[in-house]
Amino acid sequence: MEFAELIKTPRVDNVVLHRPFYPAVEGTLCLTGHHLILSSRQDNTEELWLLHSNIDAIDKRFVGSLGTVIIKCKDFRIIQLDIPGMEECLNIASSIEALSTLDSITLMYPFFYRPMFEVIEDGWHSFLPEQEFKLYSSATSQWRLSYVNKEFAVCPTYPPIVIVPESIDDETLRKVATFRHGGRFPVLSYYHQKSKRVIMRSGQPLTGTNGRRCKEDEKLINATLRAGSRGYIIDTRSLNVAQQARAKGGGFEQEAHYPQWRRIHKSIERYHILQESLIKLVEACNDQTHNMDRWLSKLEASNWLTHIKEILTAACLVAQCIDREEASVLIHGTEGTDSTLQVTSLAQIILEPRSRTIRGFEALIEREWLQAGHPFQQRCAQSAYCNTKQKWEAPVFLLFLDCVWQILRQFPCSFEFNENFLIMLFEHAYASQFGTFLGNSESERCKLKLQQKTMSLWSWVNQPSKLSKYTNPLFEANNLVIWPSVAPQSLLLWEGIFLRWNRSSKYLDEAYEEMVNIIEYNKELQAKVNILRRQLAELETEDEMQESP
Amino acid sequence: MEHIRTTKVEQVKLLDRFATNNKSLTGTLYLTATHLLFIDSLQKETWILHHHIASVEKLALTTSGCPLVIQCKNFRIVHFIVPRERDCHDIYNSLLQLSKQAKYEDLYAFSYNPKQNDSERLQGWQLIDLAEEYKRMGVPNSHWELSDANQEYKICETYPRELYVPWTAKKTVIVGSSKFRSKGRFPVLSYYHQDKKAAICRCSQPLSGFSARCMEDERLLEAISKANPVNCYMYVVDTRPKLNAMANRAAGKGYENEDNYSSIRFQFVGIENIHVMRSSLQKLLEVNGTKGLSVNDFYSGLESSGWLRHIKAVMDAAIFLARAIMVENASVLVHCSDGWDRTSQVCSLGSLLLDSYYRTIRGFMVLIEKDWISFGHKFSERCGHLDGDPKEVSPVFTQFLECVWHLTEQFPQAFEFNEAFLLQIHEHIHSCQFGNFLGNCQKEREELKFWRNMYHQFDQTLHPRQSVFNIIMNMNEQNKQLEKDIKDLESKIKQRKNKQTDDILTKELLHSVHPESPTLKTSLRFKEQTRLPVNDSLRTIEGSSPADNRYSEYAEEFSKSEPAVVSLEYGVARMTC
Repeated sequence: MEFAELIKTPRVDNVVLHRPFYPAVEGTLCLTGHHLILSSRQDNTEELWLLHSNIDAIDKRFVGSLGTVIIKCKDFRIIQLDIPGMEECLNIASSIEALSTLDSITLMYPFFYRPMFEVIEDGWHSFLPEQEFKLYSSATSQWRLSYVNKEFAVCPTYPPIVIVPESIDDETLRKVATFRHGGRFPVLSYYHQKSKRVIMRSGQPLTGTNGRRCKEDEKLINATLRAGSRGYIIDTRSLNVAQQARAKGGGFEQEAHYPQWRRIHKSIERYHILQESLIKLVEACNDQTHNMDRWLSKLEASNWLTHIKEILTAACLVAQCIDREEASVLIHGTEGTDSTLQVTSLAQIILEPRSRTIRGFEALIEREWLQAGHPFQQRCAQSAYCNTKQKWEAPVFLLFLDCVWQILRQFPCSFEFNENFLIMLFEHAYASQFGTFLGNSESERCKLKLQQKTMSLWSWVNQPSKLSKYTNPLFEANNLVIWPSVAPQSLLLWEGIFLRWNRSSKYLDEAYEEMVNIIEYNKELQAKVNILRRQLAELETEDEMQESP
Repeated sequence: MEHIRTTKVEQVKLLDRFATNNKSLTGTLYLTATHLLFIDSLQKETWILHHHIASVEKLALTTSGCPLVIQCKNFRIVHFIVPRERDCHDIYNSLLQLSKQAKYEDLYAFSYNPKQNDSERLQGWQLIDLAEEYKRMGVPNSHWELSDANQEYKICETYPRELYVPWTAKKTVIVGSSKFRSKGRFPVLSYYHQDKKAAICRCSQPLSGFSARCMEDERLLEAISKANPVNCYMYVVDTRPKLNAMANRAAGKGYENEDNYSSIRFQFVGIENIHVMRSSLQKLLEVNGTKGLSVNDFYSGLESSGWLRHIKAVMDAAIFLARAIMVENASVLVHCSDGWDRTSQVCSLGSLLLDSYYRTIRGFMVLIEKDWISFGHKFSERCGHLDGDPKEVSPVFTQFLECVWHLTEQFPQAFEFNEAFLLQIHEHIHSCQFGNFLGNCQKEREELKFWRNMYHQFDQTLHPRQSVFNIIMNMNEQNKQLEKDIKDLESKIKQRKNKQTDDILTKELLHSVHPESPTLKTSLRFKEQTRLPVNDSLRTIEGSSPADNRYSEYAEEFSKSEPAVVSLEYGVARMTC
C-alpha cells in the first residue's frame, strides 16, 4: 500500500495552529506518511512535528468555509488547526484519520525511521537475559537458564530464555505450562541477595471448578523453598474475582495442595475499569470551567489515585514479604501480563538499588515488561480520548510509571533518573520512532524482525548527550530499601503528565534549572577547592624541604 | 508554678496515630512551666509548648493505662498512655490550666528569655518601621497624605496612629465617615501602587441599613477614587457572600449602594465568615486524622470540608484586586464586616501579588506587620491565646499562610522564603514566644493541592523522606563557604609563592649552585578532601529504618489468622462432589 493513496491533500497554506500557552501560528500544513508538520513561512522553522501514531482522536467543525480540526493526542495534548476551505479541511481530516489508524504494524514509522545519530551501543543487545542471569548465578546455584521456550512453543508470550529452579527439568516445565494460563509457568522475576528469597511470577493455575491439580506445578513451586520455610502467593485479584475465574477454567492455588504457601488476595483493577478511570481523569484535568468542589469530586470519581494506592500497596506487601518476613513470593493475576508485572517491577524498585539507576530501570522494563510479555501493542493502541469501545486498551504501563513517580517524589535523591525520563517512556510506549514498544510479545517481535528493521529506544536514550536531560542531579546512591507512604495524603496527581498541556510549566522549569545550576556550581567549587588544597600542600612541603635540607 | 502537681511520669507510651498495630514508644514525660517534654527510649525529645495545646482529652481507662490525647494548634496530635490514672489526671488538670492563660502577663512572651540585651530587643521591635514602608510605596505624595486624625486612637481604637488618606479628605470628612463605619474603621490606604497610581484601601462595612446615607463617607470614597488620576472609577469589594451582607442590613449595617456613591463599581467576592472557616478546618482535621483512610474517603472528605474552596475564594479575591490595579488601573476599596479578617487576607495577598518586595523575607514580615498587626487583626482571639470565647477562634491567618504557600508552589522562584519559613510563622502566632503577634502577577486556573506538610508536619509516617528544598538551600550555603575557602586558599598560595621566590632569590645569592630541585620530591602528604559533611543529616532516609512503622500498614493480613478462603473453598468442594 502506498501512503500517497491515503493522503488526499498533502499541503495546505494559511493554516492557523492554536495551542495553549503559545501564540497562534499561521503556516503551511504538510502531511507525510507518518507526520503532520506545520511550519510558519517566515523563518522555515518547524512549529509542529506530530507523529500520526500519536493521534488518538480528531474532531471537525465548520464555520462557513473555515474548517477547524481538533487533534487529541495520546500524550493528552490537544491542538487545534484552522484550515481555510471546506474541501481541504475534510481531506486533511480523513487523511489524518486513515494514517493514524494503520492496520499493519509494518507500516508504522519505526520501520521507516533512519537514525540521524551514530549508534554507539545497539540497544537491542544491551539487556540480554544471559547477562542479567550472570548477576544471579554468582550468588546462587539454585537457578538455571532454560531454553525450553526457544521456538515459543511452550508459552507464546514468554521469551526464548527464562530462569527456573535448577532442580526442575524442561519436561516438567512443559507439563506445568499446560496447567498455567497461557502456558505461563512460574519463572524467576527477582532474586534478593540479602535475604536469599525470590519473587516469581506466572499465570493463574487452571484448576477449574473441579479443583484440578498438577503435581509438577506443586513440585516446581516447592523447589524454590527451603525445608520448613513458607512462602506467599500474592493473587492480584480479589477473592471473589479469583473464585469466579474458576468457572472459566482458571482459579487459584488451593491451600490443601500447597501447604507451604499462604495465599493473599489484593484487588488491582484491569482493562476497561482502568481505561475508564484514565478517561475520566483526563477529562477532569481538561475541564477549565469547574470550581474547587467539582474538581475534587471529579478527581475522586476518576479513582485514578485509588488504583495507584492499590498497586503500590500490593508492591509494598511483596517487598515486605521478602525483606521483613524473609519469605519467597509467587505473584499472579489472571494472565500474569498486567497487574502481575506492575507488582513485580515496583517491588524491585523498592528493594533493589540497581533498579533505581537509569540502566537498571531500563533493564527492569526490558525484563519485567517487554520480555515478560506485556501486550504493549494492545494496551497502548488508544489513549484517553478514544470514543470507540475497545476491549484491550488499558493504561497499565502508565499506572506503573505513575507509581514510580510517586516513589520518586517521596525519595527525590534515591533515583538516578528524573521525572522527564518517566514522561519520555510514557510517550514512546504510545507513539514512537523506535521499535522497542512494538508488538505484544517477544515472539511477535521476532516475527516482525524488529531487531533488524527498526532502531531500539535504548540506542537513542543511552547516548550521553540525551542522558543528561534525564539524569537526576540530586542522585546519591542509596543501598537501602525505600518504603513509600501509601496514605492518601501522600499520593499526588502527576501534574507533569496530566496537567502538562494545560498549565504553563515555565516557573517550575526555571526553578529546576536553578537547582541544577546550584548543584553544578557546587561540584565545580568542590573540585576547585581540592586542586587549591593540593597546590598549597605541595608548596608547604617544598618550603619544609628548603627549611630543613 | 501552682498548676503543676506532677513534674515527671515514667513508663509513658507515645502512640503513633496512623499505625494500625498500636505500635508505641516508651519514655518519660516531664511537665515544665512552659513545655511538656517527652523523652523516649531512643533519647528523642518531643517538646510541646503549653500555648500550642488546643485541647486535652482524657479517654476511658484501658488495660495498659490511661490514654491522654493532646491536640495542638500546629496540627500535631499526640496520644500518650499513662500507666497510672492518678498521674494522668494530674497532668490533664495541669495542662488544662497551663494551656489557657487568663491574663496577658502569664503568656510566655513575658517570661521568654532569649539571651539578648535591651538594645537588641529594641532593635527587634524597631526592625519593622511602617512609616518607612509607606515611604517605599511612595506616600505621602501629591494625592495621599499622612493624617493625624487617629493620633490618640480617638477615632478608631483598632487602627494604627499613622494613617494615610487622600489629601482632599478633610478631618471632618474622616470623622463623619468613621461614624458611618462599623467600629469606626473608615477607609484608609493599605497599599499604593506607584506605577499605576492606584491604591488598595480598606475599611469596615458601612452602617447603611436599608437606606441610610452619609455625605462624608460618600465624599471620602470620591476623594479616594479622585486620588487616582488615571481611572475615574474605583472598585468597592465586599469580601462577604451577598446573602451575609444583606442579612447585616437588618442589623443596621450592610453595604454601599452604587446609586449613592458616584464612580464606584460594587462587587461581592463571597468569602465565608470565621465560623464557617473554623468548622471547615475542624472537618479537614477530622478527615486527616482518620486511620486507614481510602483515597476516595480522603477526597470526599477534603471536598466536603470545603477548605480548599475557601482557600480558592481568598485567592480569587486577591487576584481580582491585582487585576483591577494592573489591568484596569483602578483603585480598590476592600471591606468585610469589621474589616480585620477577610479584609486583611485579601489586602495582604493582593499586595503580595503586586509587589515583589513582599515576597522577600523582610518584605513578608513588613506585610504581616502592616496589614495584620497594625490594622488590628485579633490574633489573641483568633488563635485562642487567652481563655476566651471559643467562637472567636478561627484559622484566618492560617488560611493566609496557606494561600502564600500555594503561590510558592506555583512560582517557586518568586519567593525569597520557603515552606519552612511559613511553618515557622504559623508556629509562632500560636506560641506567644515573641511579642509581635500578641495583641505583577497573572493567574491561571489553579489546581489547589492539599498542604501535607502543614497538616501532617509531625506525622513522620506521612512525610516525604528527603526534602529537595533543604538539600538545595544547604548546598547554597555550602557554596558560599566554598567560595570563601577558595579565596583563603588562593591568598595562602599567593603568600607561599611570594615567600618562596624570595627564599629562592636569597638562596641563589648564597649558593650559586642549587643542590636539587625541590619540586621533584613532592610529598604525598596531602589527602584529598571530598564532600563537606554538611548535609548528611538532611539526607538520612527515614523510610528505611526498622524503627519506622510505615510498612506495617501495607498488610493487615499478616496479623490475621488463616483467611476465610479455606472454609469457603471446602464449601464449594462439597457442592461439586
